[in-house]
Amino acid sequence: MTGQQGTGHSGTGQRGTAFRERVRGWLAEHAPGGDDHVPEASESAPTEQQLAAAKRFQAALFDAGLAGLTWPAEYGGQGLTAAELQIFQEEAAAYDLPTGVFLISMGMCGPTLVDLGTHEQKVRYLPPLLRGEEIWCQLFSEPGAGSDVASLQTRAVRDGSGDWVVTGQKVWTSGAQYADFGALLARTNPDEAKHRGLTMFVVDMHAPGVTVRPLRDMTGSAPFNEVYFDDVRIPADAVIGEVDAGWAAAVTMLGHERVSIGGSVRRRYDPMTFDSLRDEARARGVAGDPVVRGELAELYAAERKLALLNARLRQQSDAGLAPGARGSVAKLAGAQVLWQAVRVAGLVVGPRAIAWEPGDPSGDALALAINATPASSIAGGTNQIQRGIIGDRVLGLPKEPQVDRDVPFRELRVGTQAR
Amino acid sequence: MRLILDEEQRRLADSVRALLADHCPPQRVREVMADDGAGIDRRLWTQLAELGVTGLLVPEAAGGAGAGHVDRCVVLAELGAALAPVPYLASAVLATDAAIALGDDTLAEDLLPEIAAGQQTVAVAVADAGGRWGSAADSVQAARDGGHWRLAGEAAFVVDGPFADHVLVYADHGWFVVDGGAVSWRPSRTLDPTRRMARAEFARTSARYVPCADPAGVLEAVWQRAAVALAAEQLGGMRRVLDDTVEYAKVRVQFGRPIGSQQAVKHACADLYASCEQAEAVLWHAAWTADHDPAALPEAAALAQVVLGPAAFDTAASGLQLHGGIGYTWEHDAHLYYKRAKTSELLLGTPAEHRARLADALSI
Repeated sequence: MTGQQGTGHSGTGQRGTAFRERVRGWLAEHAPGGDDHVPEASESAPTEQQLAAAKRFQAALFDAGLAGLTWPAEYGGQGLTAAELQIFQEEAAAYDLPTGVFLISMGMCGPTLVDLGTHEQKVRYLPPLLRGEEIWCQLFSEPGAGSDVASLQTRAVRDGSGDWVVTGQKVWTSGAQYADFGALLARTNPDEAKHRGLTMFVVDMHAPGVTVRPLRDMTGSAPFNEVYFDDVRIPADAVIGEVDAGWAAAVTMLGHERVSIGGSVRRRYDPMTFDSLRDEARARGVAGDPVVRGELAELYAAERKLALLNARLRQQSDAGLAPGARGSVAKLAGAQVLWQAVRVAGLVVGPRAIAWEPGDPSGDALALAINATPASSIAGGTNQIQRGIIGDRVLGLPKEPQVDRDVPFRELRVGTQAR
Repeated sequence: MRLILDEEQRRLADSVRALLADHCPPQRVREVMADDGAGIDRRLWTQLAELGVTGLLVPEAAGGAGAGHVDRCVVLAELGAALAPVPYLASAVLATDAAIALGDDTLAEDLLPEIAAGQQTVAVAVADAGGRWGSAADSVQAARDGGHWRLAGEAAFVVDGPFADHVLVYADHGWFVVDGGAVSWRPSRTLDPTRRMARAEFARTSARYVPCADPAGVLEAVWQRAAVALAAEQLGGMRRVLDDTVEYAKVRVQFGRPIGSQQAVKHACADLYASCEQAEAVLWHAAWTADHDPAALPEAAALAQVVLGPAAFDTAASGLQLHGGIGYTWEHDAHLYYKRAKTSELLLGTPAEHRARLADALSI
């Protein structure tokens, strides 16, 4: 009953009904079975076969007119509204679609190009992205620039030919090992204050001087990477937006990121959902326990209020009120729901969550889910950063005194570097 | 499903808000609160009736607006934000919904036009001294006396009972209506001085039986609609607390800067906002469901109280905390929202009971 997590009632108009029928029919025919699960970029690295299968599926989605639903038709999208996107997500929630490797391309890089790219960039990059032929990654974070992304140190210097030459290191880059392009944020003017000397570029991940090294996370897998740039050349027309206006471009992309994380549909086989934990409680004969019942009801309420919040944000967006920084509420609430689920899982499963027979897949799946949960309140901006965004930009509270605001970047101390 | 208000509903909210700003400022709430003789603001009640909002759910044929739950929730949110001391929850929600659900033409013709016009108010008595919803069926006995009925026993937690012209009572044989003046009222001491409640004593009190095939079904229908309506009041209170707290955090300076620039305060304000936004989505979903999808109402109504009850109290408590010492004074309004939120959290049952209702609706 994954439908309980959706709103169940969106798009009830005639056009919505017809679209829902079309999506439902197409998915019933084309969605792969559970054995073909491809992990999300943030989860673990896919195999070559999984990647190839995912690309084939995305191409089929594109051919069926179901890719880039809200993107402009001129660049390969469908020119539809958030209502159709919601319908698609509701229907897709019944399947474990192999679209995880495209989340960053479709949810972050693509929408930013739609907002800020030149006509030539959109024509070149958006259609292959929607067809699944080219995958993108996001190159913002660095060892010294986590929550404070604007303190990044990767340099891009213009040479005599007008090209840019990039040197530096990025980290936490999901999907870099199979990405074809990256949206790179680099420092182009260190004499300016930190927010003012940044530029966003399209970088070819296959260019000479780009080195990708896997980085293991606490679950033991390596879904993300360190990316090194050693004198990598980037042409002048690869700038996204304006030179030295990269911070505005980054804010645009981070806004899309929050919406795509907070609003993303949970996969069907997630052990950390109300549905899974209710079934687990029934299977273990504890569903009738008043404490378990109450906690399950609370978890359902938490999932439902988040789903309703997202549905309301979409309705407001369709009515002309863009979510903007309010997307941080969905991101924050999404992480809180997962932490609540970890608590309920412990209650329902008990000691078998900590030791199980080798070969018991439910034990492995639950352990992975418990271990992956910290990512929800760290990746894409920690809960603390989201609260700061809500406080500053939604509620209009006064900003903290900023000691780095008007200091040339080259005079600042960043990360954990020694004095 | 629609989770945002339309133009007409926004205008309705604006007009109620403007009326309350003019005629129900905090000072007025305190005057009524301090006057045990008055207890409710009758002049404000008349003004709300003139605005046409006391009979929103009353059918047009009975002199009402024939509007929906979303519209009524728009009004309730404003009343909750202002802590307006009027018998809206008793008369325009509980009694109106019971009279409609009972489906008895005589009762509807007697009560609904008067409620809609604001000429009379009606209270509902469903709980015994323990407060459980529906327990008055055990504590109030009905007996035939010749051609009519008499009630004996007592009911408690009767919201705005002493000011009511009539009382609908859930007694052992079903639903009865009695004259408010025929009841012996014992006003209760209440946590929330702006929400009056009383014990009703019946001693061979003359009553009229309301024919009804399924009295318990009516009781349940009234609970579900009350859960949605109360959630709207709760949301209104949450929004007001959030706004007041954020405003205070912007102007209150300590350690040389506004306290709202401190992360400890800013992040707590962000949590209040996140809670409010989710609560609001849950409320409009519940109200929409009451209007358009009755089969889903048991779940949506329980969800509304599971979410809004604790969220409204946490918001009031956190808002008070963020005000520091001034928030703990009698002079500041923070305590009024705190007391109202705790009262509302328990008025229709405990959070544990609401969770059990939700679990029932989900067949857990």
